[in-house]
Amino acid sequence: MTEMLTGRKERIDRLAGDASVGRSLWSEAFRRMRRSPVAITGAVLVAAFLLLAAFAPLIAPHSATERFPQLLQDLRADHIPGAQPGFPLGSDQLGHDLFSRLLLASQQTLLVAVAATVFGMAVGMLIGGTAGALGGWVDNVLMRLVDVLLSFPSLLLAISIAALFSQGSQWTVIIAVSTVAVPVFARLLRGSMLAQRHSEYVLAARATGVKPAAIVFRHMLPNSLGPVLVQATLTLAISILEAAALSYLGLGDPNPDRAEWGLMLANAQRYFDVSPQLSFYPAIAIIVVALGFTLLGESMREALDPKNRR
Amino acid sequence: MTNLVEIEDLKVHFPIRRGLFVDRVVGHVYAVDGVDLSIRRGETYGLVGESGCGKSTLGRGLLRLTEPTGGRMVFDGTDLATLKGEDLRRMRRRMQMVFQDPLSSLDPRQSVESILVEGIRVHGLDKGVDLGKTLRDLLTSVGLPHGSLRKYPHEFSGGQRQRIGIARALAVRPDLIVADEPVSALDVSVQAQVINLLEDLQGEFGLTYLVIAHDLAVVRHIADRVGVMYLGGIVEEAPAHELYTDPLHPYTRALLSAVPVPDPVVEDRRERILLTGDLPSPAAPPAGCRFHTRCPWKQATRCDTERPRLRAVESGHKVACHYAEQIRSGELRPHSVEPELVPELVLDP
Amino acid sequence: MALLDVTDLSVVFRRRGEEPFTAVDKVSFSVEPGQTVGLVGESGCGKSVTSLAIMGLLPKRGNQVTGSVRYEGTELLSLSPDQMRARRGKDLGMVFQDPLSSLNPVIPIGIQVTEVLEKHRGMPRRKAMIEAEDLLNRVGIPDPRRRLTEYPHQLSGGMRQRALIAIALACRPRVLIADEPTTALDVTIQAQILALLKELVTDTGTALIMITHDLGVVAGLCDQVNVLYGGRVVERAGRHELFELPRHPYTHGLLASIPRLDLEGDRLVPIPGSVADNIPWDGGCAFAPRCANQIADCTARTPELTGDQQRLLLCHNPMEVAVR
Repeated sequence: MTEMLTGRKERIDRLAGDASVGRSLWSEAFRRMRRSPVAITGAVLVAAFLLLAAFAPLIAPHSATERFPQLLQDLRADHIPGAQPGFPLGSDQLGHDLFSRLLLASQQTLLVAVAATVFGMAVGMLIGGTAGALGGWVDNVLMRLVDVLLSFPSLLLAISIAALFSQGSQWTVIIAVSTVAVPVFARLLRGSMLAQRHSEYVLAARATGVKPAAIVFRHMLPNSLGPVLVQATLTLAISILEAAALSYLGLGDPNPDRAEWGLMLANAQRYFDVSPQLSFYPAIAIIVVALGFTLLGESMREALDPKNRR
Repeated sequence: MTNLVEIEDLKVHFPIRRGLFVDRVVGHVYAVDGVDLSIRRGETYGLVGESGCGKSTLGRGLLRLTEPTGGRMVFDGTDLATLKGEDLRRMRRRMQMVFQDPLSSLDPRQSVESILVEGIRVHGLDKGVDLGKTLRDLLTSVGLPHGSLRKYPHEFSGGQRQRIGIARALAVRPDLIVADEPVSALDVSVQAQVINLLEDLQGEFGLTYLVIAHDLAVVRHIADRVGVMYLGGIVEEAPAHELYTDPLHPYTRALLSAVPVPDPVVEDRRERILLTGDLPSPAAPPAGCRFHTRCPWKQATRCDTERPRLRAVESGHKVACHYAEQIRSGELRPHSVEPELVPELVLDP
Repeated sequence: MALLDVTDLSVVFRRRGEEPFTAVDKVSFSVEPGQTVGLVGESGCGKSVTSLAIMGLLPKRGNQVTGSVRYEGTELLSLSPDQMRARRGKDLGMVFQDPLSSLNPVIPIGIQVTEVLEKHRGMPRRKAMIEAEDLLNRVGIPDPRRRLTEYPHQLSGGMRQRALIAIALACRPRVLIADEPTTALDVTIQAQILALLKELVTDTGTALIMITHDLGVVAGLCDQVNVLYGGRVVERAGRHELFELPRHPYTHGLLASIPRLDLEGDRLVPIPGSVADNIPWDGGCAFAPRCANQIADCTARTPELTGDQQRLLLCHNPMEVAVR
């Protein structure tokens, strides 16, 4: 029904002086996102997170590793000092300033999430793109490999990979999380490229005499990027959660001085009865940031969906 | 007039694969099965038939977008079937295609300009010419404003999109355009615009058309000669006017009688030849004449055993029916087809 | 009183963040038993929305339906959803364009037919099975007993459409709305389905509302034709009167723009522009920008529906000459 009406809707746009001239699908999608409250909420959360991460060293009153004697004095197994002048959220179990650590940890989280997503996406797109572009036995072999990766539950796979490294570090976490993302991107890009392969405009390009490589890079790939971009945004959210989970399970860098939300959450666990806020703040931070990316990704998916084009 | 295209015994069979680990070929879809066809330079050849008759596959086979299984296709003296790689790619400049659905056949992420330029660049037609002028001329030819170049396909109406599709085909200055259902996705009021445009362009650029369509009225209007396809083969071929006034093959007769005419006076007088049942599967076409299972003129001999060849009954009028002459003279009368296929149409109140 | 009386039916789409959009604008028509009324027009003219509004199938949210739809004097628009559901199928049947998407793909045809019989006519399963077989037989499906156990994808397009008609007929509705029932089908199959519908109307006195874009189908089937443009009825006449002398420039233009199978082809006379090139009805005629017969009034004043039983017309400057 919406299709039937597009005609007259266009007319109304035109009469309203809406200059819909030369607008690509990307800019149309962007325009739609600007009007969506969900997209704006997501974008605000993500932007706030990025800004905080970028300016964390300037905002944070203290460093992440500095332990403060006045906090340590009060620190006992059954008591962790709360908010006081100079320490807006109080201390953690080691006598660090919790507020500064929360802020500075955002950088770690961002680094892990972005690095894991970029690696996962790059390898996944290489595999999926090759399979989708070449098809045939190459596609078969690559996709069976991907199937093997996919057949493991993602967290279990990440844990196994992280466990392979004798010394946990944040790179362990990044490699583990990105490995989990690889098959997702590979499958996505391959499926989307195979669909393009049978599309009429690819047929039209073949009929025109366009070279096969040009068909892949000019037509198939650009038209397959939408879902990949959406997935990348969602993967950022998933990576944050997975990285936190791995750190929580002790598979990351075990240094307790290091500021990282998952690790902070893990270490705070023992003090939950005494100081629930130690768990509460990093948990909230993880949830809010992951939510921001998810909202942004989902609204992007909706905006890019040609069915929603108006 | 010389022939631009000559097709002999063209076959396009699609293997049906099945199997758990290794795909085994368990049969074939005989989409195009032994078609002879020639298209003269400068004419419009109309190919009609219902869905599944293989008309689109024939068009794609001719353009080598689908690999033919067998047969010969000669385009302006060059055997298309033997062309490979770069030679084939270069040959594609001379044979272009216009698609049914203008939206899905235009890359949604490319502007009109880059859609049009692509073919021009690929074939090196941009060397030493004013590309901007070439593009503006193209748009003028298909009746689009020059400002369209920076726009994207989704910003146009259906008819305008089809004009873009036609401009893309024209951009490489082809000899032959295969138009596969060029107007069937368009609104009725817009179809005429595109039909007229195709006719104008033919005169302006000396094009040869192969127009593939299911709408017999459109084909009658646009084509000089018409071929009727049924289940992978051509059953009748004649100059457009003759085919419509003097159809010889029983299938052509049934087809023509089924098309509704927008004139109640004509409609009330018409006698319909209602075919029973559906098109048999092209994976298991009937033996003998492929139409014999639904033919109201089917005879006891030959029809179900011997596949009729396309033969000339008059000069330029070919038909693939053993009994065409007798049917035409009225010597053979139509009869009802197999009772088990014609269920009683008794409707109680 | 007609069997089904549609008066001033309007449908306004109200979607968040968008201008309200009038898809159907004060459409009126009626059907008698044994009569076929056609609603003709191109995409976006409101013909399908009209049928959905009559059937009460438009979602309540975002759609404002006003006017009146009376079935034997009962106002359908004021019925509760439950009451309306009971009427659908029983009093009003509907056949859609795409038989595949209107049939449930995971349920055998037989069950889909017997379900309706059990629910609306209270038949026991065994009796419903026999009746279903009879129904399939009546709509011309060969070997109905076997077909009953098959799934929609196992049937051809034509057979699916027949199955859909069988389901619509199961409750013997007195009004059948067919929305482009043959558009997805080949011409030889279309001829079979149209013959079936025609027989249904003459033999059982069903009132048929035929929604189509195909003027050929209309010419052979409909007693009365309503031509829709931009959500309004722009011309109404009996089929003979309409095709003999189409008065509205849009009807006229449509007939001049389609090639005829039975006539030698002159150059076609297209309607310029596309369905998107119209203006709102307030303050003018929506068709004016594409109209060959335009006068100053057409962009100044909204035309009023004028005429009599023979012909209704929504035009400032109607045509006086035949098409060919």
